[in-house]
Amino acid sequence: MINLNLIIPEIFACLTIMFLLLLGVFKKNSSNLVYNLTILSLFILLTLVLNLSNVQEEYVFAQSYRVDNLSTFMKILTIVSAIFVMLTSSKYVKISKILQIEYPILILSSILGMMVMIGSNDLIVFYMGLELQSLALYVLASFNRDNLLSSESGLKYFVLSALSSGLLLYGCSLIYGFSNSTNFNEISLSISDFQYGLTFGIVFILVGLAFKISAVPFHMWAPDVYQGSPTSVTIIFAILPKIAALTIFIRFLYVPFINIIDQWQMIIIFLSIASMLFGAVAAIGQKNLKRLIAYSSISHMGYALAGLTTGTNDGIQSSILYMTIYLFMNLAFFSCLFMIRKNNKYLENINDLSGLSKHHPILSFSMLIILFSLAGIPPLAGFFAKFYVFMAVLERSMYFLAIIGLMSAVVGSFYYLRIIKVIYFDSEKEKYDTDHHLGLKITLLISTIFILMYFIYPNSLINLVSKINII
Amino acid sequence: MEIPILSSLILLPIIGAIFIFFISSTSQKYQSTKYVALFVTIANFLLSVYLWYIFDNTSAEFQFVEERIWIPNFVNYKVGVDGISILFIILTTFITPLCVISINNTIKYKLKDFLVAILIMQSLMIGVFCSLDLIIFYLFFEGGLIPMFIIIGIWGGDRRVYSAFKFFLFTLLGSVLMLIAIITIYWLSGTTDVEKLYQIGIDIKYQNLLWLAFFSSFAVKTPMWPFHTWLPDAHVEAPTAGSVLLAAILLKMAGYGFIRFSLGLFPIASDYFVPLIYSLSLIAIIYTSLIALMQEDMKKLIAYSSVAHMGFVTLGIFTVNQQAIEGSIFQMISHGLVAAALFFSIGVVYERMHTRLINNYGGVVSVMPKYALLFMIFTLGSIGLPGTSGFIGEFLILIGAFKENFLVAVIASIGVILGAAYMLWLYKRFIFGKLENDQVKNMTDLKKHEILILCLIAIPIIFFGFYPEPLINTTENSITNLIDLYNSNLEYYSKNNL
Repeated sequence: MINLNLIIPEIFACLTIMFLLLLGVFKKNSSNLVYNLTILSLFILLTLVLNLSNVQEEYVFAQSYRVDNLSTFMKILTIVSAIFVMLTSSKYVKISKILQIEYPILILSSILGMMVMIGSNDLIVFYMGLELQSLALYVLASFNRDNLLSSESGLKYFVLSALSSGLLLYGCSLIYGFSNSTNFNEISLSISDFQYGLTFGIVFILVGLAFKISAVPFHMWAPDVYQGSPTSVTIIFAILPKIAALTIFIRFLYVPFINIIDQWQMIIIFLSIASMLFGAVAAIGQKNLKRLIAYSSISHMGYALAGLTTGTNDGIQSSILYMTIYLFMNLAFFSCLFMIRKNNKYLENINDLSGLSKHHPILSFSMLIILFSLAGIPPLAGFFAKFYVFMAVLERSMYFLAIIGLMSAVVGSFYYLRIIKVIYFDSEKEKYDTDHHLGLKITLLISTIFILMYFIYPNSLINLVSKINII
Repeated sequence: MEIPILSSLILLPIIGAIFIFFISSTSQKYQSTKYVALFVTIANFLLSVYLWYIFDNTSAEFQFVEERIWIPNFVNYKVGVDGISILFIILTTFITPLCVISINNTIKYKLKDFLVAILIMQSLMIGVFCSLDLIIFYLFFEGGLIPMFIIIGIWGGDRRVYSAFKFFLFTLLGSVLMLIAIITIYWLSGTTDVEKLYQIGIDIKYQNLLWLAFFSSFAVKTPMWPFHTWLPDAHVEAPTAGSVLLAAILLKMAGYGFIRFSLGLFPIASDYFVPLIYSLSLIAIIYTSLIALMQEDMKKLIAYSSVAHMGFVTLGIFTVNQQAIEGSIFQMISHGLVAAALFFSIGVVYERMHTRLINNYGGVVSVMPKYALLFMIFTLGSIGLPGTSGFIGEFLILIGAFKENFLVAVIASIGVILGAAYMLWLYKRFIFGKLENDQVKNMTDLKKHEILILCLIAIPIIFFGFYPEPLINTTENSITNLIDLYNSNLEYYSKNNL
């Protein structure tokens, strides 16, 4: 008997998408309504997922779909950040005229895809979820279709993503060929006699996943897509797919292949080091804030991956913690970006921030906190994120990784400092609009307070994360 | 229930800062922010004096220890003071109100932000000196970068951006290695509690590397030659109050760290690396003194002299005997006072002339006699003339060094002569000399608040020069304890090696 209770959130998301589509088609000028209904349905989705938070470890559909602490936590993260994303960007989409009924529905379907990805315990289910979220994101990236950059970014993301999906699928077929199964649990049983074909399969799948979280050397799409997409979509790119992809990283590496860690550990270490270093160095010359945050997210993914190199529960937990804190920092950063608006035109160059502190002291102060936190300076939350990761890394005595990681954090702090310099040290330019809507203000407030006050009671998050035990 | 006096010391400035932060810059009360800051810092000073008063000199243990669970099974928030750290706390709380007074006219814009930065800085510095857990220490140590970066960057001179970046990146680079070392210590010993680590000790195999990691952080912060290049830039560009905080307290954090962590946690490595410290310290003393001789800019000259003075301090610390370490602590306190006073003095004339080049001055004595007198006291204090606190510190360090290594002590003594040379020459060119510049002729003598600041610093400089007893008494037992620990570790090691 299949216990359908466990997949009620996904079923609900599916039905909502269909309902909203019909509503949008049959009711004229309903884009605003659909947008608000999407936010509402996300809240319902959140309660549905929270409802399952007591489930320790259960399977549906012949072990191909799994509900446990990891999947519940990551789904909550996804949905919460999706709610914040929708709240912050509601005004942006109206002003930049991309609010059509498809927009919120596409976001919702990409979230459905991510939830399927997060819960998957089978290569086919995983691939299905991945494609669902990617397809929605291709369209979202090019949503501002009158804009050349936006169309370019959508196309670029599509072509490269399709290529990586192909590689990933090839990896899946190799693994199936060598282990006679697509189910993670069964694969783990069948790899007692190790074959090199499996390694090839792992490598191909890791390539595909690395592409999704834009780890070096599969990062080439990130800066262009981040810059070209509408900002409300960039924030999605920066946060949501990364949560899902990180979950799959954990699930895929730690359930079937934990026993052959020596086969894939070096690959993750390389991805991690390359991302940290490249992200730190390449961002230095950037002038566009969205492009800069693309490079910054590359290096942040490097740190999140560093936790996964360890092969321990501590490592996984530290990565998830990193992801959680990263998510809040990015939400806060993009909220600030949404506030840099003059005469209904959004500005995104670093120089536009010049002397911001003169007219907008509160906004600048939040930026200061966020940027120092992104740079990882104590006692802000960003420091703790790095701290936990390197705790886990040093537990395994991987000094090399830790030293490279922290050195590149120093290099990386330069470009965050440069933005602070522009905001605080340079002469003021102009005054920006201050009529921000409530959702944006609340998001900025919550995330900034989270970043600033995290050190007072760090235990709250640790307790949540420490329930996640994969191995 | 006992009053958590150390936590109050840390929290009070932060509460003041939050209070000031919420006063709107357009409101009538804007000017009163300064008085709020002054009130908070003076209250803090009185509290710390009270702390010194009830501090038990005869005990070498950590006192007023507070321990609270912060992250269960991992890090506890633990603070406490012993004879070594309490003096630095008092130095911090003594200097900060003076900084607040000094901003009377110097800070022309964003006064509120400046006060907030200064107050947060103070609380972080007190935290550094009283934290008894490595991770808590690191948080305070690194957190100080943010306000200092802002202070240099917003209110600094022409090249402020360059200096702020240099300061930030240099110190951050040094510190991240220390972070790795701290985490490694946790995995080796299972705790980051300093008191427990003193008892357990750290595996000899790792001591050298860990020592180097801590060294990289402290050497940048001290600063030791050749990691000192950020200091002249930061000093020159920072506003007066920023330079004072930097010279008087920030540099002392590293000296304190050397005593507390390098000597206490890694005695064997400290012993092993003594030649390295000796040579770097001697180079710092001689080389930076020579550089100081050639400086055109007064602030730069004082900055280089700071490097030389800190060279004496590191030399004394790693000589590891009673006199030398006592001398080092004394020298740090004394240099904290003298350097602060010198930077305040330079701030006074800079405010009038807007130049720091020595050549633009000359004959100041005839227009500013009171200033000339006070500046003389500070110059002599910097040279280490008997009767000033500078003398006691250098003298004790040299006595200690003579016991250990004759040659080192002789070379270090040359540094004292060089110190006299550049300071007296500065005095000659700056205060005496011909009164040629017309602008100098128009300078007015000290205003009330300037006299207040400079006199308040001059008093302890002379007082402790004649009567060093209170400082020595406070530190004595803790240092004896530290040296016993150090020697017993060395003995244990050499026995087991035989």
